[in-house]
Amino acid sequence: MEEVKEQVISLPRLGQPAPPFEVVTTQGPLKLEDYKDSWLILFSHPADFTPVCTTEFIAFAKIYPELQKRGVELLGLSVDSVSSHIAWARNVEEKTGVKIPFPIIADLNKEVSTAYGMIHPGQSKTETVRCVFIIDDKQVIRTILYYPLTTGRNMDEIVHIIDALQTTDANGVATPANWRPGDKVVVPPPNTQEMAEQRLKEGYECVDWYLCQKKL
Amino acid sequence: MACISPDGKPTVSGAKMLRALKATAGSAEEVSQSAGLPLFRVRSGLRELAQAGLVSQKGEQYELSAKGGELADSLPA
Repeated sequence: MEEVKEQVISLPRLGQPAPPFEVVTTQGPLKLEDYKDSWLILFSHPADFTPVCTTEFIAFAKIYPELQKRGVELLGLSVDSVSSHIAWARNVEEKTGVKIPFPIIADLNKEVSTAYGMIHPGQSKTETVRCVFIIDDKQVIRTILYYPLTTGRNMDEIVHIIDALQTTDANGVATPANWRPGDKVVVPPPNTQEMAEQRLKEGYECVDWYLCQKKL
Repeated sequence: MACISPDGKPTVSGAKMLRALKATAGSAEEVSQSAGLPLFRVRSGLRELAQAGLVSQKGEQYELSAKGGELADSLPA
């Protein structure tokens, strides 16, 4: 019986340092450390010159100014070459008028795709699936999203996650379901009985001691 | 290469960084502000300019080398 061996690679997890990389991009060679002190959205797409990816790149380009206001940079990736990326970006601009303003990694040797777990053989053995890694200004992974090949990403959700994470960092709070900037935030739950008793007297809007919200 | 073309001439972003450093030596953050380029591009670009012998680094500060100064002087205003 033929023995099948698969290399087991430890994939990045939330709260861990982002795996370092040194890559060739459409804006020249870049290292992860070049993004220190900025937030970074590293995202992969299956292939250049494909329809869903094209709609996503146009959408990413459109939210880029909003992301920059939040101190966030975008960095795309696929296993295509730099020449392919350049040709595709030029074609997108020519056909739609949208310029792709952020760099795209040419991960021909799949080093970054492998380190970040972007290739899911159940979807494709050669292409990266639609991953989103949100990396904070200390280069720690804060969010990982995986979308299947057939589903384009939701830009509102990506901006929402950035807003929520930055609100959490700035204020030491959590954000409830369907939160939007300006909505009430969740006060961290008490972790002692004494704090639980005190919590209801602190003037927050509480359902009970473990679910209290406040306006920022 | 993002800052220096294969023919040895600075690219648009390379020229912006050289001009910024000609005006004053500074940190990557300061070059980013004066050149109007994203910080990640400037960090990468300064690395490339240093490898080409056009920029030298002392701690967090970058300045033009003699060769970098000559190139910066030759750039159109």
